[in-house]
Amino acid sequence: MSTPLTIAEVERIARLAHLELTEEEKQVFTRQLADILAYAEQLQAIDTAGVAATAHVNAHEAEREDELRPSLPVTEALGNAPDGAPAAGLFRVPRVIG
Amino acid sequence: MSRAAGGVRSIAGDIAAGRVSAVEVCREALDRIARVNPSLNAFNLVTEERALERAAHVDRLRAAGSALGPLAGVPIAVKDNMCVRGMRTTASSRILDAFVPPYDATVISKLEQAGAVIVGKTNCDEFAMGSSNENSAYGPVRNPWASDRTPGGSSGGSAAAVAASCVGLALGSDTGGSIRQPASFCGVTGVKPTYGRVSRYGLLAFASSLDQIGPLTRNVEDAALALSVLSGPDPMDSTAAREAVPDFTATLDGNARGVRIGVPRAFVSEGVDSSVLAAFEGALDVLRATGASLVDIELPHAKYAIPVYYLVCTAEASSNLARYDGVKYGYRSPEASHGLNEMYSKSRDEGFGAEVKRRIMLGTYVLSAGYYDAFYLKAQQVRTLLKQDYDRAFETVDVVVMPTSPTPPFRLGEKTDDPLQMYLADVFTVSVNLVGLPGISVPCGLVDAPRAGDVDRLPVGLQLVGKMFDEATILRVAEAFERSTEWSRQVPPMV
Repeated sequence: MSTPLTIAEVERIARLAHLELTEEEKQVFTRQLADILAYAEQLQAIDTAGVAATAHVNAHEAEREDELRPSLPVTEALGNAPDGAPAAGLFRVPRVIG
Repeated sequence: MSRAAGGVRSIAGDIAAGRVSAVEVCREALDRIARVNPSLNAFNLVTEERALERAAHVDRLRAAGSALGPLAGVPIAVKDNMCVRGMRTTASSRILDAFVPPYDATVISKLEQAGAVIVGKTNCDEFAMGSSNENSAYGPVRNPWASDRTPGGSSGGSAAAVAASCVGLALGSDTGGSIRQPASFCGVTGVKPTYGRVSRYGLLAFASSLDQIGPLTRNVEDAALALSVLSGPDPMDSTAAREAVPDFTATLDGNARGVRIGVPRAFVSEGVDSSVLAAFEGALDVLRATGASLVDIELPHAKYAIPVYYLVCTAEASSNLARYDGVKYGYRSPEASHGLNEMYSKSRDEGFGAEVKRRIMLGTYVLSAGYYDAFYLKAQQVRTLLKQDYDRAFETVDVVVMPTSPTPPFRLGEKTDDPLQMYLADVFTVSVNLVGLPGISVPCGLVDAPRAGDVDRLPVGLQLVGKMFDEATILRVAEAFERSTEWSRQVPPMV
């Protein structure tokens, strides 16, 4: 399964990842990502029929009761926001609609 | 030579016995940093005032006859991707240039509880993504052994700080080799604990199924001591394991009798620098002399670990780094005037460096519709086969031995134009993270590298990999190896 990567595809991925790439970045990434994906193609030759996927190696149950616990005060949680409104307990963002 | 070169145990012992005050030790570390950091660039931040206050507190405790922790007064450095309350933490990224965490990582609480004194935050590859420390927004770290070479990455600043005797203990994080490879490149000891052994709470996430925090030190005993402090369950990290934490220093007995060590001959024979292979063969002879028995083993899927790793880690990174959006913390582009989406994408393009963007792009691609099965799912299946390889090997051996890196430290700029070549440098370290095992790198040689009429001596590391939660055995073998050689006592010419 060869995947020649196009600039249009790189632009599509950049949109999905919320990255506004420069023209130069698009050119470079198209070449570099194609190289890396071509290298990763070697996995296709391995027979993995019926092999389970490993997403993580945790051995134990991680469930716990959903209990209320102390957490950061709102003012501290907002302390690093580039445009916080601590008195209102809110993050300010640019216009979303129109 | 500074006190830090003697290691953590000796510093803590001197302070506890009153041979030196914690403040004197702290000043010595700060002076040393001030002297070498302009050329090394190992520190993003030095916290002089806070450190001296903490050291004075240790001295007061001692004067009052209070019990001192095992690391009381010991200066330590922390990789700049771990949160310390009130201390700027950047992950060496422009996007977090002004970030001041409102809480401590669990490892920080544990170390400070044990009396350690943080003297600064160390430079690293941006968000721990890199193998040379060249992907830092604050410039590369230089190798203390040869200033035109990389210290390795991503915990390059931590390894350089220990090698240059600024501190006897530095924290690193290891997602695909980021503690072990810089330890190898800088001639120090570095441990990647079993996945889950150490809490990740407060570590800025890169790839959550692979990331682990661990110590970089001058010797194995210090690493064992630090690991005993760092390990344990944590209600703030559901992946932190509940396994009992032994005193890892208690089982260091100077020999490796009865330990069966597996050598994956076929895997180690390909693409390895001849100087590294020679050091590796010499190390195998030493291991035999310490009482271990060596047997050849097969890890048939290990050669696929790099593609598997770079598909898995980038997929996880693309998800983890979605949180940097210019809203909750970090950099927001002043250029965005067309609404929220433009603000997101401009802030992220201006805030992230090239390697981070490349990995976010690759991860987004392999998780996207139409490619998920062929890349991400396939990689996870091969991850299972890799785990089965190690399971099978550990039926007959207790430890697996490999070089840590296929080459001695390479030159700054040597691989920066070709990301794939940079990724290949991780061939012996990434499989260990994919299957969750503990690994340690210890110095096993110095190789000569000619430079402009002179000769640099470059460190080489030996990697020992153990069974899940059996750090004790790899530490025991590593310490026996260390006692039988002089490599861990070598220091760079600048020291």
